[in-house]
Amino acid sequence: MVNTGDTAWILTSASLVLLMTPGLALFYGGMVRVKSVLNMMMMSFGAMALISVLWVLYGYSFAFGDDVGLGLLGSPTEYLGLAGLMEDLTSESGGLPAMAFVGFQAVFAIITVALISGAIADRAKFGTWMVFAGIWATVVYFPVAHWVFDFDAAGHVGGWIANDLLAIDFAGGTAVHINAGAAGLALALVLGKRRGFGKEPMRPHNLPLVMLGAGLLWFGWFGFNAGSAVAADNTAAVAWVNTLVATAAAALGWLATERVRDGHATSLGAASGVVAGLVAITPACSALSPVGSIVLGLVAGALCALAVGLKYRLGYDDSLDVVGVHLVGGLVGTLGVGFLATAAAPAGVDGLLYGGGVDQLWRQAVGAVAVLAFSFVVTLAIGILLQRTVGFRIDEEDEVTGIDLVIHAETGYDLHAAQGATNRPPTGVTPVAREATSSTGSSTGSNTSGSKGSVSA
Amino acid sequence: MKLVTAVIKPHKWEDVRTALETFGVTGMTVTEASGYGRQKGHTEVYRGAEYEVALLPKVRVEVVVDEPDVEDVVEIIVKSAQTGKIGDGKVWVSPIDSIVRVRTGERDTSAI
Repeated sequence: MVNTGDTAWILTSASLVLLMTPGLALFYGGMVRVKSVLNMMMMSFGAMALISVLWVLYGYSFAFGDDVGLGLLGSPTEYLGLAGLMEDLTSESGGLPAMAFVGFQAVFAIITVALISGAIADRAKFGTWMVFAGIWATVVYFPVAHWVFDFDAAGHVGGWIANDLLAIDFAGGTAVHINAGAAGLALALVLGKRRGFGKEPMRPHNLPLVMLGAGLLWFGWFGFNAGSAVAADNTAAVAWVNTLVATAAAALGWLATERVRDGHATSLGAASGVVAGLVAITPACSALSPVGSIVLGLVAGALCALAVGLKYRLGYDDSLDVVGVHLVGGLVGTLGVGFLATAAAPAGVDGLLYGGGVDQLWRQAVGAVAVLAFSFVVTLAIGILLQRTVGFRIDEEDEVTGIDLVIHAETGYDLHAAQGATNRPPTGVTPVAREATSSTGSSTGSNTSGSKGSVSA
Repeated sequence: MKLVTAVIKPHKWEDVRTALETFGVTGMTVTEASGYGRQKGHTEVYRGAEYEVALLPKVRVEVVVDEPDVEDVVEIIVKSAQTGKIGDGKVWVSPIDSIVRVRTGERDTSAI
């Protein structure tokens, strides 16, 4: 029997999580300079396009197929092309159609890949990014999702972190955030610093976009965390409230840190604090009390606000702070479970500060370090391979001109009336043929700057 | 014929325009400009990284006036744009060789 309440909530949650990726595109897009806003957003949209297809073809099978050994990988062939899943009405989650779970997990794969792009703003070839996205999802994300998210069930063997190590990672502190953060660090090292990093100003070009993006991320994250209960139940409700309050506390923590250190509470700080809090509560939202979540959020906000300065000291150009926010925030949340977990919460485990000793803490640490190390090493290898073969970084001159123009032949904003632009018909369309469909009645066959009403082809 | 150019604080432009209109100036060219003088720029902070921003937003007002009105126009602009604080801007006067009104072809003083 299909549980209609659960199914409705999971499909809703999946849709919420999908919206996070355009939200991330806005969050990242606003932070880069005018000349690279489109490329920044395209890396997220490219991930949505590619990873959705790969997930259906084989990604779900890699992650949620029956374990092939040691809890490291799902059977690559069991659900190839989602074979047999359209009829499956009694999935391992009980009463939830398999397809609802397939869809919910698909959007996690998409956003994890998209998160990495923040580390390589302004300077990555789009084609190579897409190739990287496909390879990385295949050899890093799909296996790690199996480790963390694939639970044992009757007649089904899952991944090692979820079932053997018993680390608590409710919605992906390790699989999503530490994973993407470590990969971002590796790619930032492979691609090198942006031209002028640390010398030229690289101010965010549109902070309202950043704020809007952070707002959409927060909204979508309720699907991410509360949806990870894989049911419309009390666990989902607890996760929802913890997600609200940890995020709010992290924004306060980031702003307070800024106010003390720099003298100003900034809007970028508020947006960043929101994301840092969301990251930190992700693994922990089923294991903490709401008050514990506030503590976790405050710590995450303050620590991440300090961590984003590391790149200037250590000299790596993690452009939009994937490391400072996602890796550090993911570690705070994943280890935080070991300290702040309470048996009163749905996960039912006591952490160090609640008298549970270090048992849960070491499990959390092993899970975090394993994902961090695996992701960093494999991503470094993929990055170097691509850099040496097809090339990952754009030419220096193209970087100065701007990646939007050079790679995508577009500019993000058209703010000036006089640009000296002239329209040409698309390739293969003669001006005469286009004339017939044009409503302007112009007989010259040519468009000059400003006659935008006649671009109908 | 003279060209009076004023670079002023953006928020004083409405005062300048009103004062010039009251005096009888019928048109002007206004450009959003950026620049700096003795007050220098300002500091911005993004995720803890400080940026020294040298240029401040200014408004450039250009008015073409006939010889006898030049001193009055300059005085009106100075009076209406003044806050007394650093960064109020500058006004300067330069000669014009000739003027043509595009619509009618009228020249020089009658084209003002």
